Amino acid sequence: MLDSAPAREPLLEVNNIEVIYNHVILVLKGVSLSVPKGGITALLGGNGAGKTTTLKAISNLLKSERGEVTKGSIKYKGETVQGRDPAELVRKGVIQVMEGRHCFQHLTVEENLMTGAYTRRDGKGAVEADLQMVYDYFPRLRERRKSQAGYTSGGEQQMCAIGRALMSRPEMILLDEPSMGLAPQLVEQIFEIVKSVNENEGLSFLLAEQNTNVALRFAHTGYILESGRVVMEGLAADLRENPDVKEFYLGMSDEGRKSFRDVRSYRRRKRWLA
Amino acid sequence: MLNDIFIKPFVDMFAAPDFLLQVLWEGLVSGILYALIALGFVLIYRSSRIFNFAQGIMVVFAALTLVGLHAMGVPAWVAVVLTLAVMFGLAVTIERVVLRPLVGQPDIILFMATIGITLFLIGLGEIIFGGENKVMITEQLGIPTGSVVLEPWGGLLILEQKDITAVIVAALLVVGLLLFLNKTRMGRAIRALGDDHQAALSVGISLQTIWVLVWFIAGIIALVTGVAWGARAGVSFALEVIAYKALPVLMLGGLESITGAIIGGLMIGMLEKLFEIYWGQPLLGGNTETWFAFVLALIVLLFRPQGLFGEKIIERV
Repeated sequence: MLDSAPAREPLLEVNNIEVIYNHVILVLKGVSLSVPKGGITALLGGNGAGKTTTLKAISNLLKSERGEVTKGSIKYKGETVQGRDPAELVRKGVIQVMEGRHCFQHLTVEENLMTGAYTRRDGKGAVEADLQMVYDYFPRLRERRKSQAGYTSGGEQQMCAIGRALMSRPEMILLDEPSMGLAPQLVEQIFEIVKSVNENEGLSFLLAEQNTNVALRFAHTGYILESGRVVMEGLAADLRENPDVKEFYLGMSDEGRKSFRDVRSYRRRKRWLA
Repeated sequence: MLNDIFIKPFVDMFAAPDFLLQVLWEGLVSGILYALIALGFVLIYRSSRIFNFAQGIMVVFAALTLVGLHAMGVPAWVAVVLTLAVMFGLAVTIERVVLRPLVGQPDIILFMATIGITLFLIGLGEIIFGGENKVMITEQLGIPTGSVVLEPWGGLLILEQKDITAVIVAALLVVGLLLFLNKTRMGRAIRALGDDHQAALSVGISLQTIWVLVWFIAGIIALVTGVAWGARAGVSFALEVIAYKALPVLMLGGLESITGAIIGGLMIGMLEKLFEIYWGQPLLGGNTETWFAFVLALIVLLFRPQGLFGEKIIERV
């Protein structure tokens, strides 16, 4: 392969990892993926497919839930991630926005954002500048900055969680299910902001989503997970046009709406897919 | 009988307002010490969801270390600094040896672990310093021991200077602590950790650092409490018992609220004194201070399970 042009170095490379919870429950059965620098990569799949586990394996938050990576490797900028403290990864530029937002309920919105800067050592001025940047991306947060986060709406909390992650000056955000429980308009709005952060700040995103439709419209590349395995991968545009994806995840097919009669063949094709 | 319960005590209070003030002052002084101990509990509970049974013995241990070091010929103020260093070492050790291996275990296991710490510290303290009572080095620390005599309404009010010092120092400690928690990066991290462990981890807050910090702060509080209480009652393992007084304070104030711990402590301190003097001694033969606080807490819990100032549980549906 010496003659091929050097591919762009991936920012993050996950190579065939297996994750086991509590020493017995095998959740990921060999997941591989790579996230290019400056891209939005979508990780799709249904409930329990292993999206969140994959993200937590990368950010090393698995340990506190008694999960561990037993096989394979995860490399960020060529360095092995396993065995590092989550705090160390945040300092190196990888931060996770957890599913279900997880704002600090009794802290104000602004205090929440400031905790994002916990690991930074580059001085008050720089942190303050970034706070203003976050407020520019999320004007709603500026209005609510003095409210306790627990009393803000779901959408505001999601913005707060993303803003908090931005405050750490990351190079890569692991964004878990930002659409959860939000109205379609709000989902659209949040994805627009993610896209503009990606374009303006050059930040890379690894995005776990159940909402395949929205995710594939905003992402550059995508992976589809099913019961702990990657079953499909490719450019987002290609995935969107793929008949199987259309049928299983987007709820459309060339023959129009599926009727209940076809469920059997659906199952059969699905097994073949996996 | 009804007269004795509902009317006479209040008549007595108004008949001798200077004595009432004296009673309230005594209550305030012990109340502020209860509040300090409760504060130690609250800090540790908020940041790690551990109910720290060892808070009481930490008070004894800090006081013993201070007195013991002085007995070895160390100057008083140097002994204070050394004691703080010992408390820091203790915090680091507890985090390394006890908390870190137990991360993620059910709360009850961590609670049991703090009982273990208590027993260990009792043993260690006895081996190093012996079990006999000791006198707090009040004068050597420069704490005034005289008393201030006031004459409100022509009556008599005696305030001991060491009590006044205790109140002032405790108030400064509390104000400092509140500023620290609300205005600094570390303080914010402590509060964040109390709200959501996972999220705190995800933004890179290190549990280990915060735990050491919080246990060290609890150690500082323990030292101040130990000095203040030791100055009144001497230093012995019996001091540990006052830590149990912090339990009703916590029930009253809520396990999570700093303001609650302070107000709860002051309330319990003053109410139990008032009750003892005006109701307990004439009607029940005295010695009500040992149980009054617990009964009061029980009554509060019946009506407000989260305590008077417990953090309101924010729940979104």
